[in-house]
Amino acid sequence: MNLGILETILREGFIYGILAMGVYITYKILDFPDLSVEGTFPLGACLCASLIAAGVPAWIALLCSLCAGAIAGMITGLLHVRLKISDLLSGILVMTALWSVNLIVTGGTAIKQFFGLPTIFTSLPASLLPERMGFSRKLYVIIVLVLLIKLVLDWFLQTKLGLILRAEGDNDSFVTGLGVDSGKIRIFGLSIGNALAALSGGILAQVSENADINMGKGIVVLALASVILGSTLLGKTKLKPTTIAVAGALLYKLCLQVALLLKLPSNYLKLLMAVLLTGAILLDRVKSRKEARS
Amino acid sequence: MSSVRLEHIHKSFQPRTVSETVVFKDFNLEIEDGTFVSVVGSNGSGKTTMLNMICGNVDPDSGKIFLGDTDLTHLPAYKRTARIGRVFQDPAKGTCASLTVLENLALADNKGQPYGFRRSIDEKRMDVYRHQLQRLHMGLEDKLHVPVGHLSGGQRQALALLIATKSPLDLLVLDEHTAALDPKSAETVMKLTEEIVRKEQVTTIMVTHNLRFAAEYGDRLVMMHEGKSVIDSLGHDKSSYKVSDLLDTFNRISIECGN
Ligand SMILES: Nc1ncnc2c1ncn2[C@@H]1O[C@H](COP(=O)(O)OP(=O)(O)OP(=O)(O)O)[C@@H](O)[C@H]1O
Ligand SMILES: [Mg+2]
Repeated sequence: MNLGILETILREGFIYGILAMGVYITYKILDFPDLSVEGTFPLGACLCASLIAAGVPAWIALLCSLCAGAIAGMITGLLHVRLKISDLLSGILVMTALWSVNLIVTGGTAIKQFFGLPTIFTSLPASLLPERMGFSRKLYVIIVLVLLIKLVLDWFLQTKLGLILRAEGDNDSFVTGLGVDSGKIRIFGLSIGNALAALSGGILAQVSENADINMGKGIVVLALASVILGSTLLGKTKLKPTTIAVAGALLYKLCLQVALLLKLPSNYLKLLMAVLLTGAILLDRVKSRKEARS
Repeated sequence: MSSVRLEHIHKSFQPRTVSETVVFKDFNLEIEDGTFVSVVGSNGSGKTTMLNMICGNVDPDSGKIFLGDTDLTHLPAYKRTARIGRVFQDPAKGTCASLTVLENLALADNKGQPYGFRRSIDEKRMDVYRHQLQRLHMGLEDKLHVPVGHLSGGQRQALALLIATKSPLDLLVLDEHTAALDPKSAETVMKLTEEIVRKEQVTTIMVTHNLRFAAEYGDRLVMMHEGKSVIDSLGHDKSSYKVSDLLDTFNRISIECGN
């Protein structure tokens, strides 16, 4: 395997790692199968692309992606908690609505390009680094970002609010018993999850200097597979759950890349993704059954 | 500490359908400040529904519910629980399985204050927690870092009781909280309940199928059947209600008698 392929795996793996940390919060902590990430991931990308193309500084564009994702997640939460629409349907509604929103954001085109315009990789502070240090500068910037987000999330999960979020996924009547509006906590968790999904999409767009409104297709499967794969293989270790989510995403990307190296036609890619998720779920089940027996 | 009043409560489930269940028709109950009431009654007589209406999990079709001077009727559940503590029949409901004993206690410790960005565990409170757990006599003081899901039902229920009564309360609601426990743990948790209720002098409603507990504990005894109170010791000497008399009154009604 040459350096270029390794770089692709690491780069995309780490970017999807941010998404996986978000989905860890909605799926693992809140036990909410959130399909809206299928819309918030491209939302982050499209918004970043359009803003940068309009001359907005790259970091601010990225921040806008994060906020837009948070708002979309909040809407999923409101539909579910306040209007009592099922978790799956709330996600589908937001995902569908975002399809239009994303088209509006890109100005009606399916692909929004911004080649040559400043990105987070070419503006300060990243521009102080040399272009290549073994790997490209992009990879180092991404790693620093992932690390930063991971540390913030680790800290957050140790706060009172973080702890009550974990309690919410476990037992909402306990949260209610503490005099806390359990619905609000759920909405808040979905906001964080989707904010991270949009952020991840925004970074991916800045790497390739374009956004495609189709790039959300299969994102839920990818994220779930990463989270489940990570927790199945590393769940028993002392690693933090955020680290495990990122590791899961890297592993998942590795599997996909290996399949491509083995000359799997790209038409089969989504099929492979579904198979990988099914495999991860089955592996998880076999493992937890074994643990239950021992 | 507050009185509880249920006034002219009507409640039915699936109204205007063939499977309509009328649970309460003009039900009234008043519990005085600081009273410990034991409630017994047949399955389906509406005990849990009554508690759910008090706690805000179920809305009455009509009627009013008061805690002290506050009209609870239209308050959301989480606003009521600020003043009400509840322990459920299912030990899993009163605690968080994936969080440790310490984390559960830390969350409960913060009740009434905002859950914000402060560190969740305050090391200075550890000794207080240990001391509180010691009083349960279940060895939990050595299991602070164990996930609650790994504890026995009795241990979990004792912990749930401690959590529910940790902050100052106006009302304590216990729904068959010893039913899932073996006779010895049930006895321990019951004694503990009595101790806490007496010490805090909190108004308490305890639903139980254990007639002996109902006769032995509490200041007042209420027996419910089909949405009405058929026995109420109010104004009488509660100790004159013997388990055997209660059983006689119950002879039409199938109940799981005290273990
Ligand atoms: N959510 C619900 N939907 C429909 N019917 C309900 C619902 N909750 C309770 N009921 C009905 O209301 C009646 C009273 O139920 P409730 O749970 O209050 O009884 P209970 O006195 O607590 O009985 P148990 O001793 O078995 O716990 C029962 O006939 C029950 O089937
Ligand atoms: Mg009941």
